[in-house]
Amino acid sequence: MTPARRSFTASLRRVLPYARSVIPRLGFGLAAAVCAALLGLAIPQALRWIVNDTLTGGGERRLWLGVAVVAALGIGEAALIVTRRRTLVGPGTRLESDLRVLLFSHLSDLPLSVHGRYSGGQLLSRTISDVRRFRRWLIFGLSQTCVNAITIVAGVVLILWIDWVLGLVYLVGSVPALALSFRARGRYAVLSRRAQDQAGDLAATVEEAVHGIRVLKAFGRERDALDGFTERAGALRRTELGKAGQRAVMTFAVTGVPDILLAALLFAGLHEISTGDLTVGGLLAIFTLTAVMGGPLERLSEQFAVSMEAKTALDRFLELLDHRRGIADPAQPRPVPDGRGQVVFDRVSFSYDGTQPLLRDVDLVIEPGETLALVGLTGSGKSAIGQLIPRFWEASAGAVRIDGVDVRELRRHDLRRLVAVAFEEPVLFSASVRANVTLGAPEATDEELWEALEIAHADFVRELPDGLDTRIGEEGMSLSGGQRQRLSLARAILCRPRVLVLDDPLSALDVHTEAAVSRRLRTRLAGTTTLLIAGRLSSIALADRVAVLHGGRIVATGTHDDLAAGSAVYRSIVYGEPHAAARPAPTVVGT
Amino acid sequence: MSHGAPPGVPSVADSVADGVADEDRIELDKAANRAVRRRSFRLLGSLLRPMRARVARLVAVVVAAQAARASGPLLIAVGVDEALPRLRAGDARSALWYGAALVAVGLAGGALSWLSIRLTAAVSQAALLDLRRRVFRHCQRLDLDFHGSYTSGRAIARQTSDVDDIRELLDTGAGQLLSGLMFMLLNALLLLLLDPPSAAVLVLALVPVFGVTRWFHRASQRQYRTSRTASANLIGHFVETMVGMRAVQAFRRERGAATEYAGLSEAFRDADMRTISLNGVYDPALVLIGNLTVAALLAIDGYRMLSGELAIGTLIAAVLYAKRSFQPLEQMARFYNALQAAVASLEKISGLLARRPAVGERPVPVALPTARGEIAFEGVVFRYRPGVDTVPGLDLRVPAGQTVALVGGSGAGKSTIARLLARFYDVAAGRVRLDGIDVRDLSFADLRRHVLLVTQESYLFSGSVADNIALGKPGATRDEIVAAARAVGCDGFVRALPDGYDTEVNARGARLSAGQRQLVCFARAFLADPTVVVLDEATSSLDLAGEAAVQHALVRLLEGRTALIIAHRLSTVEMADRVVVLRDGRIVEDGSPATLRERGGDFARMSHHPRGRNQSIPI
Repeated sequence: MTPARRSFTASLRRVLPYARSVIPRLGFGLAAAVCAALLGLAIPQALRWIVNDTLTGGGERRLWLGVAVVAALGIGEAALIVTRRRTLVGPGTRLESDLRVLLFSHLSDLPLSVHGRYSGGQLLSRTISDVRRFRRWLIFGLSQTCVNAITIVAGVVLILWIDWVLGLVYLVGSVPALALSFRARGRYAVLSRRAQDQAGDLAATVEEAVHGIRVLKAFGRERDALDGFTERAGALRRTELGKAGQRAVMTFAVTGVPDILLAALLFAGLHEISTGDLTVGGLLAIFTLTAVMGGPLERLSEQFAVSMEAKTALDRFLELLDHRRGIADPAQPRPVPDGRGQVVFDRVSFSYDGTQPLLRDVDLVIEPGETLALVGLTGSGKSAIGQLIPRFWEASAGAVRIDGVDVRELRRHDLRRLVAVAFEEPVLFSASVRANVTLGAPEATDEELWEALEIAHADFVRELPDGLDTRIGEEGMSLSGGQRQRLSLARAILCRPRVLVLDDPLSALDVHTEAAVSRRLRTRLAGTTTLLIAGRLSSIALADRVAVLHGGRIVATGTHDDLAAGSAVYRSIVYGEPHAAARPAPTVVGT
Repeated sequence: MSHGAPPGVPSVADSVADGVADEDRIELDKAANRAVRRRSFRLLGSLLRPMRARVARLVAVVVAAQAARASGPLLIAVGVDEALPRLRAGDARSALWYGAALVAVGLAGGALSWLSIRLTAAVSQAALLDLRRRVFRHCQRLDLDFHGSYTSGRAIARQTSDVDDIRELLDTGAGQLLSGLMFMLLNALLLLLLDPPSAAVLVLALVPVFGVTRWFHRASQRQYRTSRTASANLIGHFVETMVGMRAVQAFRRERGAATEYAGLSEAFRDADMRTISLNGVYDPALVLIGNLTVAALLAIDGYRMLSGELAIGTLIAAVLYAKRSFQPLEQMARFYNALQAAVASLEKISGLLARRPAVGERPVPVALPTARGEIAFEGVVFRYRPGVDTVPGLDLRVPAGQTVALVGGSGAGKSTIARLLARFYDVAAGRVRLDGIDVRDLSFADLRRHVLLVTQESYLFSGSVADNIALGKPGATRDEIVAAARAVGCDGFVRALPDGYDTEVNARGARLSAGQRQLVCFARAFLADPTVVVLDEATSSLDLAGEAAVQHALVRLLEGRTALIIAHRLSTVEMADRVVVLRDGRIVEDGSPATLRERGGDFARMSHHPRGRNQSIPI
C-alpha cells in the first residue's frame, strides 16, 4: 500500500472537516501571536527615540515617557503570549483527542487483512505520536513559523528604514547564513529519517529479545543477542553523530554568521554616525533589532523541518484513515434469516494474499445442529474455512451462506451475533474474568455465565482470588494456556450462537480435559451447529461427521469409522500412515 | 534483594532495593525519593565517568564558546565610546580594529559552538551505547520469574521510550541547558566588568526568574508523572485492542472499545492541557521579566546618562545584555520537560538495573567442557509462592543416555522439574546435578550447551527460516541447517515456501501455522545437539500427521542423549525407557512402560485404551 501522494494543503483539506471548530480560534491565536511579535519589534524603536532624545537633551520627562512606553510594550507582549496560549490549548488538544478516537473507531472497523499489514507498533506510533506531532505543529509550529517569518521580514524592513546601507549589509549577510542552514537542514532530514528507521530496527530487536527470552535462554544465546543488538545500536550511533555534524553546521550558520555580521554593522554604523547619516539611537535600535531577530533566524530552518515532519505525520495518519473497509456492511442488508444454523460453502475459493490460492472450489454443507470436524494437514487452510463464516476474510469466489443467506448480504454485527468463534490462540484483555467472558453478551446473568464456564470446564474461576472479578491479562493474574483457552471458549458459548466455530480452542488442554469438554459441548449445545477444527483424534471421534481438507479441497466426508475404513488420505493424516497424498504441504499453485 | 518486610508491605529500603516496585507510584515519600534520585545519579555518573577527560574538554569548549558570544556587546559598547569620537576626527583605524575584533570573536564563537555540538554528541552517544547495552544485557540476565511479573511491555519500554528520553536530554538538552546557563552567567559577568549598577539590575531580575522556575519545576514534576500514567493507560488500551482485534470484531465490541478509548483519550488530553498550561504561565512570565528588566535598565541608565554618569555605549551594551540574557531561557524551559522526562526514565532504568537476577552465575564456575548426561535430583524442594511447595522433596537419578517420560496430571510438577534442570529457576533446597556437578556451579554457557529445554512456545525471530534454525548453532552451514530440517520433517514445507529456506518469517511468524512453527523450533533444537534434551509438551500443537513425522525424528534426536519428556500422547511416552508418574510433586510410580503396565497402577490405567497408539493419556 503506497500512501497517496498529495500536497500538504490537500492533506490539510482532508482533515478540515474535523478541524472546523478549531479554525476561528486558530485565527485568533495567530493574530495574537503576530501582534506579540510586532510589539517585540516596537521595543527597539522606543529605545531609539529615548536615546536620541536624551542625547539631544530631551529632558527627564521624555525619558520617563519612553521608559513607560517600553514597559507597556513589554507587558503587552507578555499578555498577548498568554492570550495566544489560552486560545489555542483547548481546541488544539481537543482536536488531537478527536482525531485519535476517530482513527481508533476506524481501525476497529477495518478487516483483519488490513490489520495484518501493520504491526502493533506502527499503528501505535501513528495514533499517538503522529497525531501529536500534527497537533503541535497546528497550534504552535504554524503560528511560530508565521510569527518568525513576519519578525524577520519586518525587522529587515525596519533596519532598512532606519538606515538602508546597514539594512543592505544585514540582508546580504543573512543570505549565506540561511542558505548554509537550509542545506545542512536538508542533509539533517535525510540522516534523521535513517536514524528513525535504525531506531525502529533497534526497538524491534529489543521486542524480540524480550518476547523470545525463553528461547534465547534455553539455547544460551544471550551473548549473540547482545552482539546483534550492539551492532544495530552502533549503526544508530554513527547516524546520530552524522546528525550532530549537520546540527553543528546549522548552529554555526545561524549564530556564528550573524555575530560576524554584527561586526560589519558596527563598522558601517560607526562610519555612518561619523558622517552624520545615522544617529547613535538608530545604531542601538539596529543592534537590538538583530538581537530580537536572532531567535527567529535561528529557528527558521528548524521550523521548516518541523512543518515537513508534520506533513509526513499527517500523511501517515491519513493513510490509515483512507483505508476503505474492504469488508463492509451491504448498502441494503438483509434481515437475519430464520433457521437453525445451516452453513453452506458453495464453490468457495480463497487466498490470504490474493496470489497464493489456499482453497479452491470448496463445497461443504454443515447441517443445522450438526457437529462437523474438519481435518487436514498443518497449513491446509482449516482455519481459513472457519474464519470465512463470520466474514473475517472474504471469499475470492463462490459464496458462504447461513440459513440460505449469503454472509455478504448481512450486516456484520448481525452475522457475528449468529456465529461465535473460539480461537486456538485466545485473546484476553486486561480486565476482570467477567468482562472477558461477557465480551459478546454483556447482558448475560451470572447464572448464565457460570453455566458457560462450566460447559467450557473453566470452573477454576471459582478458585481465583476474586472469582469472576479477578483481573487477568498483562497486569492481572497470569493464567495458563489451557485456562486462557477455556475462558475464550466460555466466551463463545455464552453468546448462544446459531453457529459455533471452534478453531482448535483446546490444544493446550490435556487430552482428558479436552475430551470431557468436547463431550459436554455435544450434550449441552446439541442444537448448535458446530464446526470443529481439531488436531486430536479424541475430539474428532466425537463429531457427527468429519470432512477432510486436502490440497485446497474437501476430498472426503463421512463418519470417523467410514473414513478410517475408506479414505487413505484420512488415515495418513490421522494415523500418520504413509500415503502419497499426505506428503507435507503440497501448496496449491495456480488455478 | 532483602526480604526483611512481610510480603505485600514493602519497606522503603525494600522498594528501593527492589528497584522496580515503585515505578507506578505518583508520589514517593522523601526518603524513598532521595534514594531513587541517588540511584539515578549514580547510574548517570557511572555512564559518564569513563569519559571524564572528554566531558571536561566539552565543558571548557562550551564556556569558551559562550564567552565569545557574550563579549559582542562589550566590544560594541567600547567601540561606540572610543572609536566613534576618533572616527569623527577622521581616524578610522580604531573603528576597523573593533570591527576586526568583533569578527574574530564571532568566528571563534561560531567555531567553538560547532565544536561543542560535535563533542556533546560524541559524549552522549558513547554514554547511550553503553546504557543501551547495559539495559539489554541486564534484561537478558534477569530470571524468567522476573520477566513473568514485570511484563514484556514494561521491559520493552525501559529499553525504547525511556532510553529515548535520556537520549533527548543528553543529545541536545544538556548541551542547550549548559550553554544557556553559561551564556547568562557570562553576560552578567561582563556587564559587571563594564558597569556594576547595570549588572546589579540584571542580577535582581534573576530573583523572580529563579522563583518562577522553582515553581515551574515543582508543578511540572508532579504533572509530568500524571501525564505519563495517562499516556501509559491510553497506549495500553490501544495496543491491547489492536492486538486482540480478532476477538473485538468477533464479539462485536468495536463500539464499547471505542467508548473506553475515548474516555482514556480525554484523561490524557486533560493531563496534557495541564502540562501545556504550566508552560503557558512560565513562558510569558519569562518574557515579561525580560521586558521589564529592559525598561528598568533604561530608566536607571537613562537617568545616569542624563546626569553624565554614563557613556552612551555602555547604555547600548547594558540594554543588549539584558535583552540577550533572557533569550536562552525560553529554550531552556523547552528542555526542562526533556530533563524531567529523562530523570523519570533514569529512575526507572536504574531501578531495573538494580534488580538482581534470582538465578545467577558463580564468580568462578566449574568448567564442564563435555558432559555424559547423567542427571540427579537430590532432595529437591521448590515453591513458586511461599507456603505452597510445588515440589516437596524429589529424588530422581537418570543415568546418561536414558529417556524418561514424566507423567502426571496438571499441577503434578512436571514442568517445574524440567525448568529446574534447565536452571530457569533455582531450587529452594536440595540440588540438581549434571554429571555430579551442581547445576548452580556451572557457567550458563556450559549448562545451556549441554541441557536444552524445548517448550511448546514456538517463538520465531524475524529473519529467514534458515536464520531461525541456525539459532541452535550460530555459524551453522546451510547443509547442517537442511539436515536438521530433514531430521524433524520440516524440509518439505520449508522448500515449498516462496523463497525456501530464505523466506522471511514476518514479525509474528504469521506465514507459518502453529504446527509449522513448532517444527522449525524442533529443527533448531536438533541443530543445537545438546547432551540432555528436555521436551516440555513440545509436541502439543502439532497436527496428527505432523506428530507422526516428529515421532520418527524424536527417535533420532533422543539417540545417545539423556532425555526428559513431558507429553500427553501415549505414543511419545511409549518411546521412553522409563516412565516416572508424578502426583503433587512426588514420584508415585517409576519403571519401564511394560513393567508399569504389568504392575497395574496409575500408568496401567492411563495407557489401557482400545484406540491404539495415537490415543493420548487421559489423566
